[in-house]
Amino acid sequence: MTKLTVDGIQVEVPSGTSVLQACEVAGKEIPRFCYHERLSVAGNCRMCIVEIAGSRKPLVSSCSQPVGEGMVVKTDTEAVRAARRGTMELLLINHPLDCPICDQGGECDLQDQAFAYGRDCSRFSEKKRAVRDKYMGPLIRTVMTRCIQCSRCIRFTNEIAGVPELGGINRGENLEITPFIEQGLSSELSGNLIDVCPVGALTSRPTAFHFRSWELKNSDAIDVMDAVGTNIMIQVRGNEVMRILPRINDDVNEEWLSDKGRFSLDGLKNRRLDRPWVRINGKLTEVSWEEAVNAAATKLKSVSADRIGAIAGDLCDAESMFALKQLMNNLGSSNTDCCQDGAFYDLSQRGLYLFNSTIAGIENADALLIIGSFPRHEAPVLNARIRKRWLSLTQEFPIGMVGPLPSDPNYKVSHLGQDLSVIDQILEGKHDFAEILKSAKKPMIILGHGALTRSDASAIFSKVVQLATKYEVVTPNWNGFNVLHHSASRVAGLDLGFVPQNQGKNIAAMLNNGVEVLWLLDADEFDVKTIPDNCFVIYQGHHGEKAAARADVILPGATYTEKSGTYTNTEGRVQRSYRAIFPPGMAKEDWSIIVAVAKACEHELPFYDLESLRDQMVKNHPVFASIGLQESNLDLQKYTGATSKNIEKQPVMSIISDYFLTNSISRASSTMQECSKLRQTISAEAAE
Amino acid sequence: MSDKLVIKQPEEFAFDAESEKQIEKILSKYPPKRKASAVIPLLYVVQDQMNRQTKSAWVPKVAMQVVAERLEIAPIRVYEIASFYTMFNLKPIGQYHLQVCTTTPCWLRGSDNVVAACMKATGIEKIGQTSNDGLFTLSEVECLGACANAPILQVDHDYYEDMNAASTEALIEALRRGERPKPGSQIGRLNSAPIDHQVSSNKPEAKSSSEGANNVK
Repeated sequence: MTKLTVDGIQVEVPSGTSVLQACEVAGKEIPRFCYHERLSVAGNCRMCIVEIAGSRKPLVSSCSQPVGEGMVVKTDTEAVRAARRGTMELLLINHPLDCPICDQGGECDLQDQAFAYGRDCSRFSEKKRAVRDKYMGPLIRTVMTRCIQCSRCIRFTNEIAGVPELGGINRGENLEITPFIEQGLSSELSGNLIDVCPVGALTSRPTAFHFRSWELKNSDAIDVMDAVGTNIMIQVRGNEVMRILPRINDDVNEEWLSDKGRFSLDGLKNRRLDRPWVRINGKLTEVSWEEAVNAAATKLKSVSADRIGAIAGDLCDAESMFALKQLMNNLGSSNTDCCQDGAFYDLSQRGLYLFNSTIAGIENADALLIIGSFPRHEAPVLNARIRKRWLSLTQEFPIGMVGPLPSDPNYKVSHLGQDLSVIDQILEGKHDFAEILKSAKKPMIILGHGALTRSDASAIFSKVVQLATKYEVVTPNWNGFNVLHHSASRVAGLDLGFVPQNQGKNIAAMLNNGVEVLWLLDADEFDVKTIPDNCFVIYQGHHGEKAAARADVILPGATYTEKSGTYTNTEGRVQRSYRAIFPPGMAKEDWSIIVAVAKACEHELPFYDLESLRDQMVKNHPVFASIGLQESNLDLQKYTGATSKNIEKQPVMSIISDYFLTNSISRASSTMQECSKLRQTISAEAAE
Repeated sequence: MSDKLVIKQPEEFAFDAESEKQIEKILSKYPPKRKASAVIPLLYVVQDQMNRQTKSAWVPKVAMQVVAERLEIAPIRVYEIASFYTMFNLKPIGQYHLQVCTTTPCWLRGSDNVVAACMKATGIEKIGQTSNDGLFTLSEVECLGACANAPILQVDHDYYEDMNAASTEALIEALRRGERPKPGSQIGRLNSAPIDHQVSSNKPEAKSSSEGANNVK
């Protein structure tokens, strides 16, 4: 620890801290452009200058200066202000000052700081430089003349995103930020460049000129595009979502958000189901809510309970799944399944289907084996955390990967092949990676759905548990056994027991003539052609896709932006999302639809609003009692699912073939469609 | 620099046998994990190969990609370096690259005359241009570090020292004929020795074995 004085305030900070951070501890705000707390220190903007008494040069840039014992720092002297004014004047020389037409206006670091340190008029009468704009893909709009060369974007792509595609070419006044080839950035985290850029050089392309930042109202929410549970802020104007930004949560997403989470928002407006429909004489017909609810209820009452089934999709909130499960149980059916992909889970212990290391815990691991998963596509933000650990200099982080490698994973892996028989070899200690796992003190295994959705998943799972037991992946103070989910609703569904109960039918059995009435709650990710022709389909959801077209009754629901809901992420972290706007047209919040149908079925549910529903849910499933990470003990000794079955000899396949189009919202988004098309063209060219 | 708009970039680039030999030698100087350090020498190898093959020493973008692959770094890192240093030409140049040092010592010793002579002999009107016959490109460069023999005219990799207008024109004429006059001092100076051959403090004039020494007045 080092003691120093900042503007007369004594602070004590760990040695190695920068003066800028020490000033923040003392509550002093230091202006900055190039310094970003999650990126490496560049020290090139010179805005964070402070005065340090007794130092050889009295004015130093505080971001790159480590603290010293007894340092006396002054952050607001006349000399400091004059230096910052000088820096600001130089920065503004080549800045176009087009704030009135700039999307960053109102939330621009340069604008804000010019307010404090800028001159009232320019003394520069020479020609300003102009820089040609660069193409960075369909997500990022560039106005490179506004760039102040802070190099944050270069450092972000290098360090966080792991795609070293941006750089600064030429020098001096001619310095320009550019990608090597202007074909669009290949990162799934590229939208964060917009947040990272302190000026209006990099702004959002899809929403360019759509709004000004001060027109927007915020509400907190949880991203449902993957199972990371990224904390987001939905910004709306009127009843329209204008922008989605990440919120800072160091345990989950730090301050990053995946491109799908940020830019799918135009999908919230397209192809929406905004009124109820009922199939009359083979043709879907617009009806009133009452008619639709009655049509569903009449059918539900007319068949025997074990011929009714319900499938929950990937975007559902816990409340609606709980309500639907209650309705099914009240009707007497135990055919519920939240695994559209037919994944195998061992539900005997909660820890067997969670990402137990936690996302922040990845930083403590010292070896990693990924089986049947490609985190870059399944959970880009979590992948950034793996990269962060891999980059850290404290200790080597060997990563082994069994499974498909569709692109660069953003860190170096030893690819152990696509054949799962390598698990047997590691188990027998015959493989090189066995040594790595053996010598690791905190090894991690990530088991993905590439493996869990196979027909031999139970055998794979049992082998992986053996692997975890043998290499002491789970110890009293470390849990390295991880299942990586990619569906936002899955863990909550498993926690709620939205699975076949007491010999109930799973999705495969339901689709194999197992049910006569099938309730699809936002379920779009399975082949609807497999639904038998004589099956009566009730589709409750928000987007008109194939499942809705097949339906006999359509009950229009709400997207995640239009309802309050609880989501449990892959770690088992319970998080709450709040409604930002109202559902379009006649669409309603999902839980209320289910309650209405239950009432029409004369199987009334014991709740009448979201609060009482949640009370009931907590009563039945205490894991939802509080928000945050829920303790889940995992004892591999108690695992009883061991089977003697062998792993089949066939390569593991990717579960996500196209990162940008994985659910009904992203498929309805023209931005995501454009990204997908671009990515396919680039990979096709690369393959040639 | 909107060079991209006007330059026709070649479709592909591959190191030839001679370059491979040089690269092997260059890479042996660096630890395998630090081979990224070889980026500047490798860019020179590219430029020399382009000179051999196309009579124009420049670095096309596709070659930067080849260098990046060889050194296992991102292509943009090579582009950053190639565009930072003026020694790397990012667009095609003439067969002979005339680089006149115009920094203070050379300027004091008459580099302006050398520049003027270059322009006169090649027909180039402005620094940075290439002559109409495509043989010469004239550049103004910063200190070449040979101030003792100022002024300096660097042709490709060779230093021609103690230049004046006449020797510059003669040199350019010789290059035009396809000759490569001997680099070094053009007035017969031995290395960077004093012009009057004084090599020690006690003898005013030393005996020199160099041929040119007899020409010194």
